[in-house]
Amino acid sequence: MQYDSPNNVGVGGLQTGLPKIRDGFSPQQIDLGRYLFFDPVLSGNKTISCASCHDPNKGFSDGLPTSIGNDGHKLKRAAPSLWNVGYLRKLFWDGRASSLEEQMQGPLFSKEEMNNTRVNLLNTLNSIEEYQQLFVEAFPNRVEDSAIQLDEIYTSIAAFQASLVSLNSKYDRYAHGYHQALNEQEIEGMNVFRSFVARCAECHTPPLFTNQQFAVIGTPEPDGLPLDSGAEVPFQDKTLRGAFKVPSLRNIEKTAPYMHSGKFKTLRETVQFYTDGRGHAVPEDENLIIHWHIWEPELSDYELDRLVDFLKTLTDETFIPKIPENLPSGLKPSV
Amino acid sequence: MKSTLFKIIAAIFLLVAGVFLGKSFFSSPEVTTVPMPSTIKYRNVGLSRDTTQVAQSKAFNGKIIEVKDGTSIQKAVKTANSGDLIRVFPGTYSENVYIDKDDISLQGVVINGEWPTLDGKKEINDAFLYSGNGILIENFKIINYKGNGIMGQAGNNFVIRNNWIIDTGVYGIFPQYGKNGLIEHNVLSVIADAAIYVGMCDNVDVLHNEVFDSVAGIEIENSRHCLVENNYVHDNTGGLLAFITPGLPIKTTFDIIFRNNFVVNNNHENFGAPGSTVSSIPAGTGVLIMAADDVIVENNIITGNNNTGITIVDLATGDPKANDPNSEGNPDRVVILDNIMYNNGNEPTGEIKAIMLTQMDSKGPDIFAYGGGTGSTIRDKNKYRTFGIEDYGPAQIMDTQHIPTMMTPAPVPDRSVSKDQLGELTYYGVCAGCHAFGSRLIGPPTEILQAIHSGNPQGIVDYINNPKNLREDYPEMPPQDYLSDEAKMAVAEYILALKE
Repeated sequence: MQYDSPNNVGVGGLQTGLPKIRDGFSPQQIDLGRYLFFDPVLSGNKTISCASCHDPNKGFSDGLPTSIGNDGHKLKRAAPSLWNVGYLRKLFWDGRASSLEEQMQGPLFSKEEMNNTRVNLLNTLNSIEEYQQLFVEAFPNRVEDSAIQLDEIYTSIAAFQASLVSLNSKYDRYAHGYHQALNEQEIEGMNVFRSFVARCAECHTPPLFTNQQFAVIGTPEPDGLPLDSGAEVPFQDKTLRGAFKVPSLRNIEKTAPYMHSGKFKTLRETVQFYTDGRGHAVPEDENLIIHWHIWEPELSDYELDRLVDFLKTLTDETFIPKIPENLPSGLKPSV
Repeated sequence: MKSTLFKIIAAIFLLVAGVFLGKSFFSSPEVTTVPMPSTIKYRNVGLSRDTTQVAQSKAFNGKIIEVKDGTSIQKAVKTANSGDLIRVFPGTYSENVYIDKDDISLQGVVINGEWPTLDGKKEINDAFLYSGNGILIENFKIINYKGNGIMGQAGNNFVIRNNWIIDTGVYGIFPQYGKNGLIEHNVLSVIADAAIYVGMCDNVDVLHNEVFDSVAGIEIENSRHCLVENNYVHDNTGGLLAFITPGLPIKTTFDIIFRNNFVVNNNHENFGAPGSTVSSIPAGTGVLIMAADDVIVENNIITGNNNTGITIVDLATGDPKANDPNSEGNPDRVVILDNIMYNNGNEPTGEIKAIMLTQMDSKGPDIFAYGGGTGSTIRDKNKYRTFGIEDYGPAQIMDTQHIPTMMTPAPVPDRSVSKDQLGELTYYGVCAGCHAFGSRLIGPPTEILQAIHSGNPQGIVDYINNPKNLREDYPEMPPQDYLSDEAKMAVAEYILALKE
């Protein structure tokens, strides 16, 4: 990348530097994290792994409008992609976690999701010899013969998550100066994307295609679901009612359906939303403070099609991890 | 009769009570702290006063490409290399020009009063979009776009001058995420948001421009180290603005100088888009300072603005709907030096009208301050009609003559990546997908490459440019000729030096 990002926040234009990534993990930690990530032994009834909802073959999401948790429980929100998650400072759709380690304790120990407990997780892993060995290799400085600790589990999974980097798409080749990487229609789409008419790039700012802020855009919920109050709840701030974290658009092609509760099946439907009128889908009894960049851009069908063309140039799965064939638990990897 | 008298007495009583209550509720709390001296120590003072050049990394060293009426500016940009100058002759060019290269100059040639004109016909989004460093855009007439006249996304060391911009949608000139830039001698009108909008930038000078008939004249938003000088800012809704918009990734505005500007008759009806920050600016606003710190207002002529001459507010007052715990919302250490102010506040509106009525005043003040903020100072306070600046102490400086520019003395350098780092980044970013030490991936193992090209990095560079399928048992390598020459050589040397 060619120039530093202003104020070191990792947002800007085509060639701006990235924000700081979580790093400093050893290969052993990353690989141990990979086993844990795919291992359903992490859940209470040993049927759900992290990968059940974050499937690498579905852009680390699950292809569902909202995810299915423990015992068929239908959850409230869509599983967010994990690509480039090591760069993010706020996690969950409502931003209630500030680190990967904090975030993963949500699904691990939620009754509706993986339904495990801290005690049971430690007992389970400490009873598997192969995991004991892998933790010794991943954490060589620990006291000899000590048991697996929770923070070691969190560190390993975070190490694996931080390795999920996607920065070598067709778009990136264009950004680095190889202008033949994008065709005419994709370039037209890029120019719609960054124009101040559509304003996509104002929040989905390169290079990560998120400015890591919160925005109230007023998308509709799927039929029958009440309005999700979003970031209002964790931040106890009424102005954030209906606000969600701006998601990255890297590998967005792979993670349909879209928005926090999967209302839109295709990218085309999703971009259409932004030109259908400011606040058009907000329930009548709600008075949301819609983000100022949501306005009436009056994009043509042609422009919307080009936007979709451009969004598909953000796909890069070079570093897609291998799903382990065998797990230390002896269980079958669950995706 | 008696009851009428009683009513009058009651009315007078109510009025007096109202005034009393108004004064107690709406006047700023007395602050007894000693004014803080300005702590601005982070300025760059470099270029001398007799030049308006922006420090650039390279001198002009390219070829000249001429564009004539009936052809396309974008086509010229596509063929241009860094250092080239594109000269555009009079004619009408209805296109969107995007510049994703560094060090490209676009220069209109005005002949006999005929300008090269970019006409968006209200169908095209933007006239110029750039992301490269070292971009110069001058001497263009730009009309009838939907989004922007000129918009920059993260280009540093930019120059935008001598352009004539009318009705180009949301913004006229809008550099965003840029460092070290000059915006001068442009004339802009009929813009639905800010005519000149410096957004999330650092070290930008805005000099000698005329902006009128727009919602906001010149807006410095979430930016630092900006000098706004010698501009003629008239007949907008609001004239000069320095503020913080909450919810953006860059959270601060500070070290701004408004100096030697004419800020006159900014009474235009507000035609900003609903929901936009500027749509809530009351007509008749001369200068608006909202949540910005270390703003100096010096030697301006601020007259005929019907609401107030200068408004200084915190975010809670000025933009109460948005909330961002990471943006500090008080305007601190505002410095008001000598200014000429009269005939402001003739028709105050909204809250300012209501608040002034509590002061028994039907006019808006020259200077109106409301809400939080500390350490602000003013020179010769008694000169102006004011509200809410009781806590402003005497200014600790006389002038800012020692600051001729806010631009940086040397160009903002490219991100420094050493040759070793470049080789390593390229190897792991490009090559390692197919080559690895000690094992066969898609291509041959790295040690085989080392054996073939031992001592000959140029051999690897040649192969990168023009691969030949040398081995039957491997697929052909795609050419990686899009890499820069430096990157190719760096990665070749990196591969040869690599140890397992």
